[in-house]
Amino acid sequence: MTAVSGVSGAGASGTEAPLRGRADRGAATARRCSTPMWWRAAAYWAYQYKRTWRSSVVTSFLIPVLYLAAMGVALGSLIDKHSHGVDGVTYVAFLAPGLLAGTCMQIGTNDATYPVMAGFKWMRTYFAQLAGPLSVYDVLLGHLAWIAVRLSIVVTIYLAVMAAFGVVYSPWAILALPAAVLTGIAFSAPVSAFAATQDKDSSFSTLYRFAIIPMFLFSGTFFPISQLPTWLQVVAYVTPLYHGVALCRDLVLGQVVWADLGHAAYLCALVAVGYAAGRRTFARRLVV
Amino acid sequence: MTDVPDSELTRPDAPGSAPGAAPRTAMVEAHGLVKRFGDFVAVDHVDFTIAQGESFGFLGPNGAGKTSTMRMISCISPLSGGTLRVLGMDPAADGPRIRSRMGLVPQEDSLDLELTVLDNLMIYGRYFDMPKKVIRERAEQLLDFAQLSDRANDRVDPLSGGMKRRLTIARALISDPDLLILDEPTTGLDPQARHLLWDRLYRLKQEGVTLVITTHYMDEAEQLCDRLVVMDKGRFAAEGTPRQLIEAFSTKEVVELRFAPGQHEVVAPSLVELAERQEVLPDRILLYTDDGDAALAEVARMGHVAESTLVRRSTLEDVFLRLTGRSLVD
Repeated sequence: MTAVSGVSGAGASGTEAPLRGRADRGAATARRCSTPMWWRAAAYWAYQYKRTWRSSVVTSFLIPVLYLAAMGVALGSLIDKHSHGVDGVTYVAFLAPGLLAGTCMQIGTNDATYPVMAGFKWMRTYFAQLAGPLSVYDVLLGHLAWIAVRLSIVVTIYLAVMAAFGVVYSPWAILALPAAVLTGIAFSAPVSAFAATQDKDSSFSTLYRFAIIPMFLFSGTFFPISQLPTWLQVVAYVTPLYHGVALCRDLVLGQVVWADLGHAAYLCALVAVGYAAGRRTFARRLVV
Repeated sequence: MTDVPDSELTRPDAPGSAPGAAPRTAMVEAHGLVKRFGDFVAVDHVDFTIAQGESFGFLGPNGAGKTSTMRMISCISPLSGGTLRVLGMDPAADGPRIRSRMGLVPQEDSLDLELTVLDNLMIYGRYFDMPKKVIRERAEQLLDFAQLSDRANDRVDPLSGGMKRRLTIARALISDPDLLILDEPTTGLDPQARHLLWDRLYRLKQEGVTLVITTHYMDEAEQLCDRLVVMDKGRFAAEGTPRQLIEAFSTKEVVELRFAPGQHEVVAPSLVELAERQEVLPDRILLYTDDGDAALAEVARMGHVAESTLVRRSTLEDVFLRLTGRSLVD
C-alpha cells in the first residue's frame, strides 16, 4: 500500500490515480479517540470564525473603550460630582463590570440564535456534522464550547481595557474571566434550546425586545437595583443577568462575599437546565 | 472490525481462494424494516441485503419511502420496527462508529456556502479527526476527482448546482468510506453535469466502494445499479438486476404507435391480439411484445396507417411505470 499522490492539474480520466489509497487509513485510525467528538464540532465554528476574526476582535476592543469613555468617564464625572460615586466607588468602576456581564449576555444570546438557525436551516451545518461520526449531543456541546471560547476572547480584551481605565481593583478580577463567560453561556444554553424549536428567525427579535434589552437596562448594569421600585427589584433579582453582573462586579472590585457562590450556582444551574433542554430540542429537530 | 484485505472482499470467487469461500460480507442487512411517522407508514416491512462492492439502487416515485430507508441506513433515523445491521453493527448502538466508515450525500446539500471549496473539505476531515496534512492531500485528490481543482479557493456560494453536488460527493469521500450513500445524487442537474457525475460514481464502483443510491431517474439506475428494488407506498414492488426486472415485468421490445387524434380508441381494440400487453395513452398506443418488427408489420397488414411508429427495446422506465402506475404521485 503506497501513498497516492493525486496532485495533478486537469484530471485526464483514464490516467487518474485511484481514490482508494488506504495509506491514510492507518494515520486516521491511530489518532481516533484522541480528539473528543464535541471538540471536532467546535473546530467547525473556529474555522468559520477565521473569516471574521479581525473585525470581531476590533469590535470587542472598541465596544468597551467607547462605552467606558462615554458613559463611564464622561457621564460618570457628572454622577460622581453630585453623589460621590455609586456604592462607594466611582461610576466608571461601578459600570465596567456590569457592562462586561451585559456584553457577555448579548454575545451569548446572539451566537445561540442566528447561527443555530443557520445550523438547522440556512446552512444545514448540524446535518453535515451528523453525517460524520458525531452525535446530536456532540453537535450541541461543540457549538456551546465554541461560544465559550469566543466569549473568553472577548472577555480577555474587555478586562484588559478595564485595566487600562484603572477600574480593576483586585486580583480577584482574574476570576471575572470565567464568571463572565459563565454569564454568557447561561444565556447560550437555554437560548439555543429555544432556537432549535423555531422555524423562523422572527421570534428572535421578540426575544431581544422583551427579554434581552430590558434585562440589559434593568438588571443592575447601569445603576443599583435598589433604585427600582420594590416589585421591580424582585423581577430584576430573578433575571440571570442580575446574578452575572453582581458576580463580576464583586470580583472586579474585590468585594467578594459568600453570596457570590450563590450567583455562580444560579448561573451554573441555568447552563445545566439549558443544556438538558437543548439535548431534547436538538434531538427532536435532527433525529426523525 | 478487522480489516480484511480488499481483494478478498471484492473478489470472493477469485482463483486461489479457498473452495466454498465465505460469502461476500453484507454491508447492509435489513429484515422487516419499518418506519412510521405517527399513523403514516413510510417504510412497510422490507427486507434486503447489500453486499460488499455492490451498487444497489432504491427506485420509486416521490414519497415511496426511499429517503426514509436511506436515513435509517445512515443511522440518522431510528427504526420503528424490524432489524438492521450496517457494516455488521447495530445503528442504534454504534451510529457514530458506523458513520465514521460511511460517506453520506444527502438530498439537500449541506455545504458551508461562505467557506471556500477547499475549506469545506478541510473542516469535514476534522470531523473524522484526520490529521491536517492527510486531509489536505486527500482533498487535493478529491478536488481532482470532482474536477474542482481550479475552484479550490473560491467560495462555494456562487458555484453551479453540478459543482456543489460534486463537492458534496467529494466531501463524503474524505474519510475514504467503505460505503457511500447517495440520496438522489443528480436531481436538478443538467445532462452534462449528470453524465459527469455518473462517470465519477462509476469510477468509485470500479474501485470497490459499495454504493447505495436512490433515484427516480431510470437511466441513472440502469447506468449505475447492479441490483435494485422498486419501491411503492413503503413496500418493494420488485427486486433484481435491471435486466431481470425488464424480463420479469416487460417484454423485449415496445412498439409505440401514434395515430391521428381520436383514432386511438377506435384502433386499439383490434391491436390487442398483437401484443402480450397493450397500453393506450392519450398520445400513443404502446404494444409490449418480444418481436416489435413483426407486430409492426401486422399493424400495417391490418390496414392501419399510423402517423409515426417506433420500435424500441424495453427500458426500466417501462418496468417502473408498470409497477408504480402512471398517475402523478405527489
